[in-house]
Amino acid sequence: MNPALFVAQRLTAFVLALAVAVHLGTILYAIRGGLTAGEILARTHGNAAFMLFYSVFVIAVAIHAPIGLRSIIREWTPWRGRSLDAALVLFSLLLLALGFRAVYAVYA
Amino acid sequence: MMRASHTQRGFIAAILHRLSGIALAIFLPLHFLALATALNGASALDAFLELTRQPLVKLAEWGIVVALAVHMTLGLRVLAIEFFDFREKTLAMLSACIAAVFAVGLVFILNAG
Repeated sequence: MNPALFVAQRLTAFVLALAVAVHLGTILYAIRGGLTAGEILARTHGNAAFMLFYSVFVIAVAIHAPIGLRSIIREWTPWRGRSLDAALVLFSLLLLALGFRAVYAVYA
Repeated sequence: MMRASHTQRGFIAAILHRLSGIALAIFLPLHFLALATALNGASALDAFLELTRQPLVKLAEWGIVVALAVHMTLGLRVLAIEFFDFREKTLAMLSACIAAVFAVGLVFILNAG
């Protein structure tokens, strides 16, 4: 793997290890006894700390996932080169756009 | 790295790590789209959450939570081996990964019921 991509992949992995642990804890806590949208949004809207947390989460995922997919695609399929890299940059931008939209919808 | 390691102990861990990563990459955009329905108010998100009460969707939800736990624990394994000079002489670490995933899966079932 390209050294810069390797470093980016591992650095974001450290961030995500923490973020996913917190996220799993939040999921397991939040689903107790079922949940309604009103209950969720009442707790989340205006929560700046969680908004920042999930914004960092989205950025880390948008870097981490395309690099991982790139390695898998290059090893398991004949697809490589600029078209693959361009497709993965687009995927990264899609994750960023949809991720920030979701963070805004739930926490703003 | 993976192609040469079919006979090694970490091969199954590496395959599971990759498959769970692919599952998460497919799921994530859909997850973001679902959350963004809140832009149209709580009732719009509720209409979506109603879907999640169906058994098949519940099962898929459980699957994706377990995939997240699998990917995280096996990722921690990779970081431990690469950065902390951890030599995988025993299956202890793999066992710890599996135990953590079972714990997450079980708590999800118990809480979601």
